Amino acid sequence: MTERILVGRPVVAGSAEGTALVSKEPLSFWGGCCPRTGEIIDRRHERSGANVTGRVFVFPQGKGSSTSSATLMESIKTGVAPAAIINLKVDPILALGSIVSDELYHKAVPIVILAEKDFYSIKEDDHLTVEPDGTVKVNTKS
Amino acid sequence: MLVKLSTRDEQLLDGQHGEAARMAMRILVRMAEVQDADEMMDVSQAHIDGCGLLSETGLEFAETLAAKGGKVSIPTTLNMGPLDLQNWRKFGVNEDFAAKAIRQAKAYTDMGCIPTWTCAPYQSYLTPRFGQQIAWGESNAICYANSVLGARTNRYGDFIDICAAITGRVPKCGLHLKQNRKGQILLRLVDIDSAIMHSNAFYAVLGHLIGSLAEDQIPVIEGLPVDVSGDQLKALCAAAASSGSVALFHAIGVTPEANTLEEAFQDKKPERIIDINLSDLQKSRADLSTAREGDKLDLVVLGCPHFSFDEFRELAWLLRAKTENGKTLHPDVQLVVISSQTSYALLQRSDFLDVLTDFGVKITLDTCIFHTPMVSPETKVIMTNSGKCAYYAPGQLAVQVAFGSMAECVDSAVKGCVCREEALG
Repeated sequence: MTERILVGRPVVAGSAEGTALVSKEPLSFWGGCCPRTGEIIDRRHERSGANVTGRVFVFPQGKGSSTSSATLMESIKTGVAPAAIINLKVDPILALGSIVSDELYHKAVPIVILAEKDFYSIKEDDHLTVEPDGTVKVNTKS
Repeated sequence: MLVKLSTRDEQLLDGQHGEAARMAMRILVRMAEVQDADEMMDVSQAHIDGCGLLSETGLEFAETLAAKGGKVSIPTTLNMGPLDLQNWRKFGVNEDFAAKAIRQAKAYTDMGCIPTWTCAPYQSYLTPRFGQQIAWGESNAICYANSVLGARTNRYGDFIDICAAITGRVPKCGLHLKQNRKGQILLRLVDIDSAIMHSNAFYAVLGHLIGSLAEDQIPVIEGLPVDVSGDQLKALCAAAASSGSVALFHAIGVTPEANTLEEAFQDKKPERIIDINLSDLQKSRADLSTAREGDKLDLVVLGCPHFSFDEFRELAWLLRAKTENGKTLHPDVQLVVISSQTSYALLQRSDFLDVLTDFGVKITLDTCIFHTPMVSPETKVIMTNSGKCAYYAPGQLAVQVAFGSMAECVDSAVKGCVCREEALG
């Protein structure tokens, strides 16, 4: 096990850990990630069929529907949300879903923005620990 | 980073304007930090998207704000909701769902929102002016308001929309500021036949392609015909805001901030130049379908975004021609049109309503097939002329989808299977 430390910007601050679910493609949470099961249901998405629940979901950014904030908040409430989200670019709509959930239920999904080099250094199934200050600890097996 | 707040902003945060306004302002200030805004600014109109999806959390949020005395402070329209408020029983929606949907609708109207219930608010009521600062939700409407009307809005997601409506404030950033509205990539339409550019299907296909090329950048389109219609631009916006995050595009000689290339790029150079030819469009059209030619068809959905009166008329003419040729709707196919009360009121005053109902068209208002549970689980294959509907249907409704022009949708509804022309046209 080797541990690397990446320093990102905490868009929604919080602590979380989980294994990385990595994609190179943007995703609309509404129409793209089921708020009852956590499955990626955008059938055109490269990770269609994968499940985000409890994972640290690493993808470039949100896109598409403005209902994605509602979908993320509902996913947090139903317990199927990702443990944390790591993006390349801030998507205000995803941040909003997490922030409104924090205001209403005191439960948020941490969202961290990483620089390109760091973002692409994360591999599928790496064990990630996200800290409130935006630090991401990466443990790669073997 | 600390956001600079006005005296009134501070009062809103302190709860001097009520508990709902305090909660709304807290969310807005946190979002200002997310978006690196230095300060807040006024908006003079809002369009609420958060009233569309029915979820436990969304309902609780709306009822919490309403119970805390939330009232909108600026004219505020509502997106389509989770229910056809008058006819939901006809579409097999269950009582429990309907009761909650009605509670959610009441929360928003109690806060003073105007019951427009449409995802095409720009064809309904209170159309924003050029340069007007607004806070709109609904991805297609955001794109249309910015691009076609020249009003200024960021991509407002569910729940910040009502916060902006209650306070009249938003973070000052993004597309509210002129310097952030300049084009970034140039998309040139090359050797596309004028007949194709005047067909409605072209705009959904082009939008789908533009969304995937531009992602979140601002595209500038060169080569669109100047007589493009509002409905065609609506189709382009809806598709581009689904395959991508397009919240603003410019079209040279067509949209109001793009009389010239220089104006569209604010005298800067494009970061990328991409030529779009017919074969790119054919690929984009193919990518919109997951169903195959000849597949047995269960449902045709038109009106995503909501049908305008002009679209009703176009459909009526197509159906009248079928009827005159002795053709009828295939017994295994449902033909559903989704629209707003505004367009329907015009339809009722025309000769076309009977043509549609006699053919067996079912019209549902105020809602959307994605948000109201009207698609039966037996539905396997649907067809649509909407790039947005085609994009989301396979995941959201667990169906196969075929994209086609309105005429191809009607042909297929008569034949009972997916049948389209080979070429885009």
